[in-house]
Amino acid sequence: MSWTRKHLLDIESLTAEEIVTVLDTARAFKAVGERAIKKVPALRGKTVVNLFVEPSTRTRISFELSELRLSADIINFTAEASSLKKGETLKDTARNLEALNTDFIVMRHSASGAPHFLSRVLNASVINAGDGAHEHPTQALLDAFTIRERKGRIAGLNVTILGDILYSRVARSDIWALTKLGAKVTLCGPSTLVPKVFEEMGCRVTYDVEDAIREADIINLLRIQHERQRKTMFPSLGEYSSLFGLNKARLARTKPDALIMHPGPINRGVEIDSDIADCGRSVILEQVTNGLAVRMAVLFLVNGGKGPQEVAP
Amino acid sequence: MQRALQRIAHEIAERNESSREVVLVGIQRGGVPLAQRLREALSTIWAHPVPMGQLDVSMHRDDLDRRAAPNVQPTVIPFDVSGKTVVLVDDVLFSGRTVRAAMDALNDFGRPTCIQLAVLIDRGHRELPIKADFVGKNVPTSPKERVRVRLVTPPGADEVILEKP
Repeated sequence: MSWTRKHLLDIESLTAEEIVTVLDTARAFKAVGERAIKKVPALRGKTVVNLFVEPSTRTRISFELSELRLSADIINFTAEASSLKKGETLKDTARNLEALNTDFIVMRHSASGAPHFLSRVLNASVINAGDGAHEHPTQALLDAFTIRERKGRIAGLNVTILGDILYSRVARSDIWALTKLGAKVTLCGPSTLVPKVFEEMGCRVTYDVEDAIREADIINLLRIQHERQRKTMFPSLGEYSSLFGLNKARLARTKPDALIMHPGPINRGVEIDSDIADCGRSVILEQVTNGLAVRMAVLFLVNGGKGPQEVAP
Repeated sequence: MQRALQRIAHEIAERNESSREVVLVGIQRGGVPLAQRLREALSTIWAHPVPMGQLDVSMHRDDLDRRAAPNVQPTVIPFDVSGKTVVLVDDVLFSGRTVRAAMDALNDFGRPTCIQLAVLIDRGHRELPIKADFVGKNVPTSPKERVRVRLVTPPGADEVILEKP
């Protein structure tokens, strides 16, 4: 057993052993979701604030349901309906939340490092639900969980991440998690969105989509993050789709057991053809199911990380 | 130890006349290999297979915010516990808190007719009003000591180790 952390801020600072601990714990929580009674009392009496300063639907719903299934009390907080609009600073907002004796803050923010900052000024456990283009640790953990469950292992697999890498916190967290666990990661997309500097993270970078998908065991597609792009990074969505989109012809040239993943929301007809999103090799909805189990596991583990660290016999 | 397990199996058989209603549930981790041994013995006594499950109680513990998160093992209950006599099996009975958590966890799977408790070692120092129905051996201990049960296959060299602090 190797988990002593009070926060989950990023994947970069985790060891491979810690990542495996989350995945092993998540396996037990996935089984809870398959029972008639899908709720356990592990966080009974604890209060979780979901502080989503940037819009999110699936991650927020997934966290909320995970917290409910752990029997926690939850408060949802979105930027639109808050004093952040009235000029309150993030630190003051968070301190006010803490004055209500909250135990966990799950945070989504458009500024990279915002959860790290909160973890230094608060006593509550902070879980990063996505910060800017920096990291989205629970997404990487659920991706790793899905790959391990389907393929039985992660070490030695070829994982291709295809799409907007530059603006993607999912890509960064995935790269950290998968390389720590021994996968060989290839990045591909328009050269404006896949800078060569990512090779320093231990990845292969290619701009030839055929080369990227030929030997891949996993093809992880990413959405184009229009909302983060400050200038036009490629001529048109049509051109992106024809050059990098996963269509039937390209799928036919991949390994027959290669899995298709996508963190969602998917843009049908852009990065992925509609019928591929629904085909048997797509594990996109399994990722959603596994996201619940992984988030329950993370909350369960950081709760233990708050206590004294000796383990009773 | 094998003799103690045989005796527990015979006591379970004696207590429960309708053998088809009895299922065994081992508490992770120490109770699971013991439940397997008991299942073998009971299946021989009753001449029919006895269902067995394994239960992890980590999510139901009462000390989760006082310790590092426990290592969660799989829970597998491949039958409906409602209407059954569930014999919970653990290696060492100490404070009784694990058994309390196990009864809560079992509740989420259905409503057994009755729950009985079988342990290999009862070391005393109960903190809850819980008493085992079947005990392999009572071992007086000091609260600071540790008791470990090691089962090996084949069963010849099993051992119970009492560690002084």
